Amino acid sequence: MTGDGFEIGGVVLESRLFTGTGKYADDAVIPEVCAASGSQVVTVALRRVDLGSATGNVMDHIPKHMKLLPNTSGARTADEAVRIARLARAMGCGDWIKIEVISDNRYLLPDGYATCKATEILAAEGFVVLPYVNADLYVARSLADAGAAAIMPLGAPIGTNRGLKTREMIRILIEEMDLPVIVDAGIGRPSEACEAMEMGAAACLVNTAIATAGDPVVMARAFGRAVRAGREAYLAGPGVSRGLASASSPLTGFLGGEGA
Amino acid sequence: MIVVVNGTRREIDRGATLLGLLEGLGINPDTVVVERNQEIVPSVAFAAVVLNEGDHLEVLRFVGGG
Repeated sequence: MTGDGFEIGGVVLESRLFTGTGKYADDAVIPEVCAASGSQVVTVALRRVDLGSATGNVMDHIPKHMKLLPNTSGARTADEAVRIARLARAMGCGDWIKIEVISDNRYLLPDGYATCKATEILAAEGFVVLPYVNADLYVARSLADAGAAAIMPLGAPIGTNRGLKTREMIRILIEEMDLPVIVDAGIGRPSEACEAMEMGAAACLVNTAIATAGDPVVMARAFGRAVRAGREAYLAGPGVSRGLASASSPLTGFLGGEGA
Repeated sequence: MIVVVNGTRREIDRGATLLGLLEGLGINPDTVVVERNQEIVPSVAFAAVVLNEGDHLEVLRFVGGG
C-alpha cells in the first residue's frame, strides 16, 4: 500500500514494521529478513568490542538503505542512556535513538521516570527520541512534553512472545496521544501485530518473534503482511458487531414460495 | 605505560596514538566509537590523539539488538 506513510522526525516511512537485529542464529540472514519483511527501520545495540576474540560485525549484514534505530539497552539510569545515545550518534548513523532504561533484571520492565529524564535531555540535543515504556498514559504525556517523537509501549515483557497483554492500556494511548504509538516488545505472532495495527497503532517493532522463528525469513514476510493487513483494516473501519444473527443474503424470493 | 581498555589494563608504548592502539588490537577504526575518560573522541581525531598513562578507554560498536 502506498500513500499511507507516517512521519517520524521528518522521515516518511511507508513500512509500519520495525525489525530488530538481536538473537539471530546467523546474522547473515538479516538482509533476507529485511527484504521479506519490507521493514525500513532496524534496531541495533551498542556494546564494548570483545578484545579477546574476533567477532562478526552486525553492520556488515544491514542493508545500506535501512534507517538505523540504535537503542540504549544496558542503561540502568537516565545518565547512562544519555551517554549511550551520544555514543551511538557519534557512530555517524543519524540522530534517532530508542531509549531503554531498565534496572529490573527479571521482567526487563522500563523505568518511566528515568526514561522521561533521558528523553528531555536528548530531545533538547536534537535527537529523534523513541522511548520504550510501559503502556501508561501519564508517562506517555510526560514523554510528549519532554519532546519524544513517538511512544513505544510494550505489549508484554521483552522476548516473551506473549502478545498484547497490555492491549486495553495501548488502546487508551492510541486514543489519547497525538504522537505515533509503536508497539514494542512482546509481540510473538503476526496475528498479534495485526491486532495492534487494527487498533490504530502507528507501527510495530518485532525482534524475537522473527529472529527465533524456525524460518526467520518466512516469519518476517508473515509479519510484514500482517502489519499491512491490520493497517488496511484500521483504515477501512471495521463493520459493526451485534449479538443476534443478521442474514447476509436476502430473506425474500425463496424457491417454491407463493408469487407476489 | 598502562591504559585501561574496556575494563582491562594494557601495556602500550609511550607516545602511542589511539589509532595505533586500535590497529594493534586488530580493530577497524571505522567500525567503532571511542570514549576516552568518558569523553567521546571524534573518529577523525583517532590518529591525532596521543594516549596518556592511566587513560580509560571504552571501545564500542553496534551489535544486534532489539
